[in-house]
Amino acid sequence: MMHPQDQHPPQDARTLPARDHDASEALLEGVRQAAATGTALRLVGGGSKGFYGRPVVGETLSLAEHTGIVNYDPVELVVTVRAGTRLADLQAALAQEGQQLAFEPPHFGENATVGGTVACGLSGPRRPWAGSVRDFVLGTRMITHDGKRLHFGGEVMKNVAGYDLSRLMVGAQGTLGVIDEVSFKVLPRPAASATLRLEMSRDTAMARLAEWGREPLPITGAAHDGEALHIRLEGGASSVSNTQTRLGGEPDDADFWQRLRELELAFFSRRHDERPLWRLSLPHRAPPLALDGDTLVDWAGAQRWLRSELPAGTIRQHAAQAGGHATLVDRNQAHGVDAPFTPLSVVMDKYHRQLKAKLDPRGIFNPGRLYEGL
Amino acid sequence: MNILFDERLDGTLPAIDKDALVAHMTAHLPGMTLLHREEDLRPFECDGLSAYRVLPMLVALPDTLEQVEALLGICHAQGVPVVTRGAGTGLSGGALPLERGVLLVMSRFSRILDVDPDARTARVQPGVRNLAISEAAAPHGLYYAPDPSSQIACSIGGNVAENAGGVHCLKYGLTVHNVLAVNILTIEGEHITLGSEALDTPGFDLLALFTGSEGMLGVITEITVKLLPQPESAKVLMASFDDVEKAGKAVGDIIAAGIIPGGLEMMDKLAIQAAEDFVKAGYPVEAEAILLCELDGVEADVHDDCDTVRGVLEAVGATDIRLARDDAERATFWAGRKNAFPAVGRMSPDYYCMDGTIPRRELPRVLKGIADLSATHGLSVANVFHAGDGNMHPLILFDANAPGELALAEEVGGKILELCVEVGGSITGEHGVGREKINQMCAQFNADEITIFHAVKAAFDPHGLLNPGKNIPTLARCAEFGAMHVHHGNLPHPELPRF
Repeated sequence: MMHPQDQHPPQDARTLPARDHDASEALLEGVRQAAATGTALRLVGGGSKGFYGRPVVGETLSLAEHTGIVNYDPVELVVTVRAGTRLADLQAALAQEGQQLAFEPPHFGENATVGGTVACGLSGPRRPWAGSVRDFVLGTRMITHDGKRLHFGGEVMKNVAGYDLSRLMVGAQGTLGVIDEVSFKVLPRPAASATLRLEMSRDTAMARLAEWGREPLPITGAAHDGEALHIRLEGGASSVSNTQTRLGGEPDDADFWQRLRELELAFFSRRHDERPLWRLSLPHRAPPLALDGDTLVDWAGAQRWLRSELPAGTIRQHAAQAGGHATLVDRNQAHGVDAPFTPLSVVMDKYHRQLKAKLDPRGIFNPGRLYEGL
Repeated sequence: MNILFDERLDGTLPAIDKDALVAHMTAHLPGMTLLHREEDLRPFECDGLSAYRVLPMLVALPDTLEQVEALLGICHAQGVPVVTRGAGTGLSGGALPLERGVLLVMSRFSRILDVDPDARTARVQPGVRNLAISEAAAPHGLYYAPDPSSQIACSIGGNVAENAGGVHCLKYGLTVHNVLAVNILTIEGEHITLGSEALDTPGFDLLALFTGSEGMLGVITEITVKLLPQPESAKVLMASFDDVEKAGKAVGDIIAAGIIPGGLEMMDKLAIQAAEDFVKAGYPVEAEAILLCELDGVEADVHDDCDTVRGVLEAVGATDIRLARDDAERATFWAGRKNAFPAVGRMSPDYYCMDGTIPRRELPRVLKGIADLSATHGLSVANVFHAGDGNMHPLILFDANAPGELALAEEVGGKILELCVEVGGSITGEHGVGREKINQMCAQFNADEITIFHAVKAAFDPHGLLNPGKNIPTLARCAEFGAMHVHHGNLPHPELPRF
C-alpha cells in the first residue's frame, strides 16, 4: 500500500499555531531565587513523561508557558523553538512546509513539549536509520545554576567551536540546567512511504534484516511483534515501489508506527497484564535473551520491549552480557521502582557526579531524577 | 599576532626537570620509544597548521595501552602536561606541542581490530587512517561516511577529537553522527567506554561531549564506528551561473524541493579560475559561480532527483548544466573542487584559509561583506563553500614578504569570522578551534559561556594537564584574532587535497 505520508502528529482541537510567549525572564528569576535559597527545582513541561525517571522533590518550575517558534526557515532545514512549545504544534508547523523531525519522538500525551523531548532523549522507530534526538540538536539556550541564559551550539549544520554542551543536555533530564530554547535540524518528509507485513519467525526476521542492512534499501522501520515482521520503506517513489515488490509481504496499516512509538499496540496495552514493561537497548544483532516474558522487537533488534516479572537485577545482567542495558518504563507508575535506569559503573558514576557538581554545584536542577544524589 | 602559548595569558606551565623526567620514564617504561633530543623532536614541532611551531619537551610513541596508562600515571603524578597527537594533519593546531609538555603520539595504534559486516561496525585503534576503514569495509559493500579532505592520511582518533567533517555532512553527518563507542583513558589512568554498540547508554551523553573535545578531556584508545551500505548510484551535476546570488538561490531551491544532496559545493570566479588553471577540470572560467551537486542513493531515486535538480537549476537561470557522463567525468568534476586550495596557492605567495559557517540565507550578505573587505584592504579573496551545510572556506590571498600584508590578511580574516558570528554562524565548521582560532572563540562565546566550558574541563581534568591552552581561551586571552597561514603555498602534507 503506497501512501504519501503516514506520520501525522496526534491531532487535537488546537489547530492554532503555537502561542508566541517568551517566559525567559520569569524562568531566569525562578532559577535565581532557587539558587539564592538553595531550593531544589522540579522542571516540568507538559508532564507527559513524568513517569520516565525517579520522582523529584522540589519546587515546580514550569516551562509550559515558554512557547513559540522563534525562528523557522524551511530552506535552512533549521527550526528554533522555545522549550515549552508543544511537540505536536512544532510538528504541525513543520508538516505545513513538508518537513519533519526525522527522529520521530514519542509524545506520550498531547501536551508533550519540545523541552521534555530533548531532556528525555527518546527517539522513535526511525532511530537506527535516521538518528536520535541528539543527532538533530544543533544548539540550545540553557539557564545555568547561577541564573544565566547561555547559548551553546547554534543554528548552523556544522559547528565545532567549544564543547558540545547542547548534545550533553539531551537525555540529561534537566539535571545539568534548564533547557530554554532548542535548535533542531529538520528534514523533508519522504516523497513516498509504504508499510509491509511479512509473516515470519523472529529468527528469520533477524537474519533477513542483517542481510538487508548491508544493502542500500530505503528501510526506515523494522519491528517484529512475535508473529510478523513489520517493515517501513521511505524514499523516492521509484525506490519504495521497487523495494516493496522485492520484499513482498502484504500491505499494512501505516498507523502501526505511530502506535508502536506511543506504546499503544496491543502488546503494551493488554488489560490485566500487570507485568512490568522493560526497554532493552541492545546491539541489534544480539541473540534473543533467555528471559521469561513476552518480547516485541523494534529498531531492527536494537530496542526490545519486554514484559516480565523477573527481578530487575536478572534482566539487567542479561542485557549487560549482551552489550546493552535495561530501563523500566513504568507509565502508570504502578511499580514504585526506585531505580528505573541501569546503575552506572563506579568510574562513570564518579565522572557524572563531578560534571553535575561543576554545572549544578548546589544541586538545584531535578536532583535525583536520573540517579540518587545526581 | 601570537597564538603560541603565553603563560601571562594562558596560565602557568609547571617547571619540569626534563632530565629527571626522562630518567624516570625510561626506568618505568623501558620498552617505550621516548624521544628527547632536539633532532628527534623536530619532526613533531607542528601539525597541519605549520605556521606555528613549538618543540615539545618529549615525544612518547607508545605501542601498548599499558604504556599509555603508565605514561599518563607518571604525568598525572608529576603534573606534566600531555598533548595527544594522531597523524598530525589537523589544520587548527590542536596537536601543537608545549615546550614544557609531553607529546603523546598515538600513531602506532594503527590496527583495525574488527570489521563486522552483519553489525555494520568497525572497531579500530585511534591511529587507523580514515580511508583505511572504508577500504577494509569495501569488500562487504560498506563504508565509513565522514570524509575529511585529508582522509588518506588523517587518523580516526584525530577525527573524533576534532569532530571532523567533509563534503557529505549535510546528508551523512559529522564524525559525532557516525561513531558508536569510544574507549578513553582519563588523565588519572581510568579506562572508560563512552557509548556502545547498542544505540544508547544510561546516564549523560558523554560520547557527544567528548567528540570534538580536542584531546582536553581524555585520551582516545579505541573507536567503534558505524558503517553504511555503499550507495548504489552517484551522479554529479555541474551548473554555471553569471551571478553568485543565483547560485546561492539554487542551493536553497534544491533543498526546498525536498532533496538532500550527498554533496553540494559552490565556488566563485576566482576559485574556478584557479582550479581550472591547475587541474583542467573543464570548469567554465567565464562563470561567476559554479555549483557541484552530487546525488547518491538508490538508482531509481537518483535518476528522479537528477531530473528535479536540473529543473530547479534551469528555473533559477543557470547558464549551463552538465551531468557527468560516467565515473571518470564525475571524478574530473570533483578534482577541480578538491584541488581548490593548492590551486589558489599557485596564484599567490600566501593565503589564509577560513572555516566559518553561516545560515545559507546569509550567503549574499556575507559574500558582499567579504568583497567589501577585499576591496577596502586591497587583498583578493577566493571563495569555496560547502554550500549545502553553510560551511565557507574563504581563502585570503596575500604576500607575507610585502610589508604589512600579513597583518592586513589577519585583520580581514578576523573580520570575516566576526561577520560569520554576526549573521548567526560559527567560527569553525570542521577544522576545530585548536590553537588557531583560540582568540576568535571570544567573538562567538561570552565570558559566562567560556566559564562553563572551563567547568566541564575541570570535571574530567581538574589539574588541566590534557592539552592545556587549546580549544577554550582563558578570559585573559579574549583579545585578538587569528587564522590559518600558508606560506608560499607550502601546505603541510602538500600531497593531500584540502577542501
